[in-house]
Amino acid sequence: MQRVVVTGLAAITPIGNNLQESWSNLLKGVSGIGPISRFDCGEYETKIAAEVKNFDPKQFLEPKQVKKLDRFCHYAIAATKMLLEDARLNIDSELEENLGVIVGCGLGGLETIEDFHTKLLKKGPRKISPFSIPKLIANMAAGQISISIRAKGPNLVTTSACASGLHAVGYAYSEIKLGRVQAMITGGVESTITPMAVSGFNAMKALSTRNDEPQKASRPFDKDRDGFIIGEGCGLLLLESLESALNRGAKIYAEVVGFGASSDAYHMTAPIEDGSGMELAMRKAIQEAGVSPSDIDHINAHGTSTKLNDLCETRAIKKLFGPHAYDILITANKSMIGHTLGAAGGIESVFSVLSLYEGKIPGTLNLDNPDEECDLNYCPYHSVSKEIHFALCNSFGFGGTNGSILFKKFTS
Amino acid sequence: MSVEEKVKEIVADQLGVSVDQIKPESKFVEDLGADSLDLTELIMAMEDEFDVEIDDDKAQEIRTVQDAIDFIKANT
Repeated sequence: MQRVVVTGLAAITPIGNNLQESWSNLLKGVSGIGPISRFDCGEYETKIAAEVKNFDPKQFLEPKQVKKLDRFCHYAIAATKMLLEDARLNIDSELEENLGVIVGCGLGGLETIEDFHTKLLKKGPRKISPFSIPKLIANMAAGQISISIRAKGPNLVTTSACASGLHAVGYAYSEIKLGRVQAMITGGVESTITPMAVSGFNAMKALSTRNDEPQKASRPFDKDRDGFIIGEGCGLLLLESLESALNRGAKIYAEVVGFGASSDAYHMTAPIEDGSGMELAMRKAIQEAGVSPSDIDHINAHGTSTKLNDLCETRAIKKLFGPHAYDILITANKSMIGHTLGAAGGIESVFSVLSLYEGKIPGTLNLDNPDEECDLNYCPYHSVSKEIHFALCNSFGFGGTNGSILFKKFTS
Repeated sequence: MSVEEKVKEIVADQLGVSVDQIKPESKFVEDLGADSLDLTELIMAMEDEFDVEIDDDKAQEIRTVQDAIDFIKANT
């Protein structure tokens, strides 16, 4: 088995169009939530979202690519370019066959589907572009990353709703651990702030409708939360075998030491109430690392700001960690970046790794009155400076799917 | 705008090339980097713009910018 390390990071988020800006705003407690600008949401219950702002795809893509790819692929290609720069990775002919791409994407080109379907109904089937299907399929994110940098290894997208990005990181890690490839580009991407997504989530009563106070709308673990905020973006990691990283003298951010995946086997959208599915995913990740629950000092929670998630996740943490649960520094990035759906596990893995690397844990915004049952240390409002050794990152998705990945502070 | 200018503008937009690069004799595939999907979409964009129908057999014969200009002039 190979040891696997993180040697590159990149992010495009509602609080920054690159890694440094996103991370520093996260530590400062900046909210990326505001009125929806992408479409006229006059009739919609929810009129706010966490949009990526002032992103110019032309900075990273050829004009033809900008036109023929959906926004989620713009983010994926742009983040990949920043990732390789951060990792100082030179892809030669030997590496290209040993470099794969597994990224998560929950829905893919929903905006494209909606646009083309409108055109189909108005103008008929002959007016549908040959680029409609390639533009909308979710796995085009991995395909375009590969094409843009000549990564010829395994290439796919994981689609497990809001756990897509997390599962991608987990299975990318496993590929390297098993020795199948030398390095993987992984993480998650999503861009679906569209009429269909907002109305669909609204119908489920899943989204916050605190339209008059957007920056206070995402409040994980708080008693007054009323749903999540739809977000978008991309978070990527370069994972590499330790041997490969040492050979090329790469900067090592952290080691990946465990991955757990599980299913609630219970309900389409509601997590199982005792949190046992979430607990199983976390437990498996910790078991794979061969450490004890009491070694874990940080959890980057799924923390969506929905009542069901926050309660069940808290129960799962208490079930697994017992009294130690109260000693763990927990945070919910979604309080600032919203719920970036399939990108969440990628973006939040990036932030978990930075927490380990820099010894800084972002706070959870808007946690004014914690729910009675949510009585753990969620680092309300302010970031905490503390050297930590193990960071667990959680993502859970519709369908009852769960994922948890464990990062360790790197020591040779 | 003349048919020539309009065609060049559509080609530039569809294929992501600058108008200066486009000459009447430019071949879409060999000179301007189009693939088969680009060609289909280019034909559709010209149909939309000039309100003509270009059937598949005819579309196969349109290989250069001048071919497109000639077809449109003859059919509008």
